[in-house]
Amino acid sequence: MTTTTGDRLVEFDDVVARYEPVIGLETHVELGTASKMFCGCPTTFGAEPNTQTCPVCLGMPGSLPVANAAAIEATIRIGLALGCRIASWCRFARKNYFYPDIPKGFQTSQYDEPLCTAGHLDVEVDGETYRVEIERVHLEEDTGKNLHVGGATGRIHGADHSLVDFNRAGIPLVEIVTRPVPGVGARAPEVARAYVAELRDIVQALGVSDVRMEQGSLRCDVNTSLAPVGSLEWGTRTETKNVNSLRSVERAVRFEMRRQAAVLDDGGRVLQETRHFHEETGSTSPGRSKEEATDYRYFPEPDLVPIAPDAEWVEKLRVDLPELPAARRARLQQEWGLPATEMTWLVNAGALGLVEETVAAGASPAEARKWWLGELARRANDAGVDLTGLAVTPAQVAELTRLVAEGTINDKLARQALDGVLAGEGGPAQVVEARGLAVMGESDELVAAVDAAIAGAPDVVAKVQAGKVQALGALVGAVMKTTRGKADAATVKRMLEERIVVS
Amino acid sequence: MGSNRSMSSISREDVAHLARLARLAVTDEELDRFAGQLDQVLSAVARVGEAAVADVPPMSHAVPLTNVTRPDEVTPCLSRDAVLAGAPAAEDGRFRVPRILGEEE
Repeated sequence: MTTTTGDRLVEFDDVVARYEPVIGLETHVELGTASKMFCGCPTTFGAEPNTQTCPVCLGMPGSLPVANAAAIEATIRIGLALGCRIASWCRFARKNYFYPDIPKGFQTSQYDEPLCTAGHLDVEVDGETYRVEIERVHLEEDTGKNLHVGGATGRIHGADHSLVDFNRAGIPLVEIVTRPVPGVGARAPEVARAYVAELRDIVQALGVSDVRMEQGSLRCDVNTSLAPVGSLEWGTRTETKNVNSLRSVERAVRFEMRRQAAVLDDGGRVLQETRHFHEETGSTSPGRSKEEATDYRYFPEPDLVPIAPDAEWVEKLRVDLPELPAARRARLQQEWGLPATEMTWLVNAGALGLVEETVAAGASPAEARKWWLGELARRANDAGVDLTGLAVTPAQVAELTRLVAEGTINDKLARQALDGVLAGEGGPAQVVEARGLAVMGESDELVAAVDAAIAGAPDVVAKVQAGKVQALGALVGAVMKTTRGKADAATVKRMLEERIVVS
Repeated sequence: MGSNRSMSSISREDVAHLARLARLAVTDEELDRFAGQLDQVLSAVARVGEAAVADVPPMSHAVPLTNVTRPDEVTPCLSRDAVLAGAPAAEDGRFRVPRILGEEE
């Protein structure tokens, strides 16, 4: 198989039969602070271009940066959540390079003294736990945004000039770098994805970023290398930049493994290079040359004094960490008495929080799960939205299960009530009332329907009276049909039995 | 290092490399001149190395301050017109810059 870029690809199963991958991830998280890292400009996403800038973030001569205290605290909290060591003293550094989106001619970052080092994150794939070691977590500033004009897709290729918006320049950015992750074999793509997903959930639980990959507040660079199975040395890695969805992380690793295997199979050499990921095709292509890129001439930022987090304060931040996703999953699994596989389904379906809230609103865990993973998952799928995108709240789902439990409606009517809720007709009780969905009691209407069913099928009645009790089902079905599903099947069955046995 | 600096340790190639990184156009003649001058500068600064002892950490700031921060509060921005007024070219409310060559495909 070849791709649009002309790369030959080896089948994935063949790759992992003969090669051992090593992956590594650099993740950038844009913090959700109100103001930028070194100035008071706002960080609102989607504002008109160049309306959120000042002399500091534009790199005007004579302007001086002052670090945002909230950003430092957020970085330390991320580090603590990842089990990192927090530096007792560290500095910012200038990373020097020229690019139009970097107005100062350098990015204020951290170099050999990051705020957090030596942590880890355990991720689970198919019931197996993989430990991803965290090398460092450091704080820096984001760059401006380039818009390449003249090219077909906003890419640089074919562009005749570029337009720059500095609203994003200077927004605090936390970079989380893993150590190389060996020993994951065929699971490499999934481990990469699971790591980013878990990291995203942690950052979200900390409340320090909205981590929306589609808006670029979480961005990933994915390193991949291959070495022959049994080799003592790792292969040459490539760095695939700006992989911006969980699915793309998985696809990027998979593609690079298949591409690199073909290069190695042909006796070639994998080039250490930056590559671009293409969403449409799931492929990568060579990017910026690395030749001089490593020469950033870092030096300590003279305009910012060192950061020396107070040990007691750090300890307090550690104690005050919220419950983290892994602990929360373990707790809920135990509370709900679920096997691990069911828990995984819930998490993968993105239903964990919804089920938790539904249970908190009074539903039983089993009922809450049944609705979110069954009927609601089906409807979300049909509508092409996430579960959270459905126009129904956990409280309404809990109300629905309560109406069923109380016998006001049955499951079939509940689905009709749900139609109404999703159509914006109000809460379940309201819809049941307005649409007249409540289960029929032993009303005249129901008695008439039961009598009619008996009168209409003397042969079935005879069978039941002769001892073929299963035959009753046909009569129940007939009544349900006449009442358009609004009768309660158990009540109908009891009424039929009373009449047939007595007569 | 400081005492053993009879030969130039900054080569023409070093200067050319630095000039390229700094986007400076430097002539051949300047390469020779700057290599010599930079070498003298470095030699002079290297004398600090003779005084330093192992347990003195390198310093980068002259004032003994740490943790100078600001609260996370929004302050007024410049108006876009003012921001773009200083730009050689602007378009659609953005800075217009030449096409970026040779960096990416």
